[in-house]
Amino acid sequence: MNHNFELPGSYKKWTYGLIIAGVAAVLYGFIMYHPFTHPAHHGQDTDSTRFWAVLLQNSVYWLLVVNAAMFFLCVTTMAMGGWQIAFRRVTEAISSVVPILGVLNLVILMAIVWGGRTDIYHWLDPNVTNPASPSYDSILAGKSGFLNAKFFTIWSVLTVALWWLLGKKMRSMSLETDKAQMDYETGKKWIWKNTVWASLFTVFFGLTVASTIPWLWLMSIDAHWYSTMYSWYTFASTFVSGLSLMALYIIYLKNRGQLEYVTDEHLHDVGKFMFAFSVFWTYLWFSQYMLIWYSNQPEETKYFIERIGTVDKSGPFRGIFFFNLIINFICPLLILMKKSSKRNWTLMTFMAVLIIFGHWIDFYQMVMPGTLHEHAELMPFEFGVAALFIGLIMWGTGNYLSKHSLLAKNHPFLKESMIHHT
Amino acid sequence: MAGGIKKFVVGAFDDEKVLFPAVKNVRKAGYKIHDVYTPFPIHGLDHAMGIRETSLHTAGFIYAITGTTTALGCISWILTKDWPLNIGGKPHFSLPAWIPITFELTVLFSAVGMVLTFCYLCQLSPFVKKHHFHPRATDDLFIMAIECTDKTNDAEVQNFLQNAGAKEINVQVAETGWWIGTYDKEQKLYADEKGY
Repeated sequence: MNHNFELPGSYKKWTYGLIIAGVAAVLYGFIMYHPFTHPAHHGQDTDSTRFWAVLLQNSVYWLLVVNAAMFFLCVTTMAMGGWQIAFRRVTEAISSVVPILGVLNLVILMAIVWGGRTDIYHWLDPNVTNPASPSYDSILAGKSGFLNAKFFTIWSVLTVALWWLLGKKMRSMSLETDKAQMDYETGKKWIWKNTVWASLFTVFFGLTVASTIPWLWLMSIDAHWYSTMYSWYTFASTFVSGLSLMALYIIYLKNRGQLEYVTDEHLHDVGKFMFAFSVFWTYLWFSQYMLIWYSNQPEETKYFIERIGTVDKSGPFRGIFFFNLIINFICPLLILMKKSSKRNWTLMTFMAVLIIFGHWIDFYQMVMPGTLHEHAELMPFEFGVAALFIGLIMWGTGNYLSKHSLLAKNHPFLKESMIHHT
Repeated sequence: MAGGIKKFVVGAFDDEKVLFPAVKNVRKAGYKIHDVYTPFPIHGLDHAMGIRETSLHTAGFIYAITGTTTALGCISWILTKDWPLNIGGKPHFSLPAWIPITFELTVLFSAVGMVLTFCYLCQLSPFVKKHHFHPRATDDLFIMAIECTDKTNDAEVQNFLQNAGAKEINVQVAETGWWIGTYDKEQKLYADEKGY
């Protein structure tokens, strides 16, 4: 069977359609929302804030989602997993979008940080660290060793660069195997080398996605507040979306008659991952919420009051906050619990789309309350920016899929994947 | 004694690769496999034997929601109606504080319920003595027990097992079943299998 995939016209049409719609939305925002003006007073003239907040939400979310595909590849490699080899090229393809979204994300972050957007990151204001200033803030001054423009820039650039380079190394090692058959000894050596690189990526992933990066990019929006769960929460959110994206591509390619060795068994296991990490996300969501609710410290509850509000006054994000919990927890829990639903391609497609959308909404409620407060909107502009990123992911993934063989045919563990059953 | 006394032809295999075709051929020939005893779980053997999917997980789900409702029902009745206490100024109906207990009771009910159901399905219980078809079933042999009916010619079955590659063959009489419910597992006839 031929494992080369030619992108069908409909795929290209959707890709370019989404990119054009997205570019139009960004251009519209660029012209209408005056992104380089600064709101004179808090809560006034929120258009420019909206422009940057929406770009921040989308660029961070989609970048972490595609990067999660490489994480999946690396952890399964480290666990000596064999079952994922049949669709391994799909995860590689998704992770190949990291450089594109990474650069875009850096451009947006740098524009925010060096443009002095204190409406997004309050800690950028030089007065908060100046003891002589009336707006001196001892908490932010105490955090300024970590929350400052220079460190933010260096660490963000380093992070994206290393995700890119380590991911590139993993992909090129995989593509190398297509050239020649490996005998037992070369195969063993290749597995060892591959595992070492996978562990390097995983360690760096732990230092970034599972700790510092969500602190810098997202948690510092609410700079006074902090939560030790936050990075794990962000990781779980994007990992489950990344798995859903993989499921979507697997189902799409399977429907196109590709991925010969992928069966219900493989999809079943991806479904189990989606189910498990939805529950894991909920565990973190709840742990973060309950501890803060229980101890009831004003400086901690502030985060939730901005979202849910109080008993007397319901907050502007109350609906989204609980909607988030329903589509990211209740739906996956009840729908994906049954074995037959994880083997149902239609239902899995539906759930994958729902989860990706659900966590996009999750990121929305992580970014907007601290930046736009009650002025946040969920209008065509927000969806248009999301369309740009989805289009870019489709473009990059499609490129990789059509350029390389869809089957890592000389991978030493391929047979294990072919006979895999749960 | 629901099952009563039955006669079995027992064959011992020492290789998985021989066992699988043997299971298939025995079923194809129309004999009824009572069970296959193995020292470790073998992937796909249940499918090869035509045993239906277990309903243990459905039972587990029912136990779990029983646990959830028990926990929420109990705590909310106790803390709002029966004995309301002021705990740190929190409202009496404090759902977040109850979630951990609810979760734990859900897990407890489903775990204990499933263990007991599993024991029932496998006919395990204290003081119940089970018939062992072969002591090495827990060590290094795969033991296939074929149930004999009035019409079965056990010499023929023994011969059949011999040809299928069994290393040791004998005929045993054993008691099946020990209380309500049937001991016999539901099995598909080979003729009903896909691709027959």
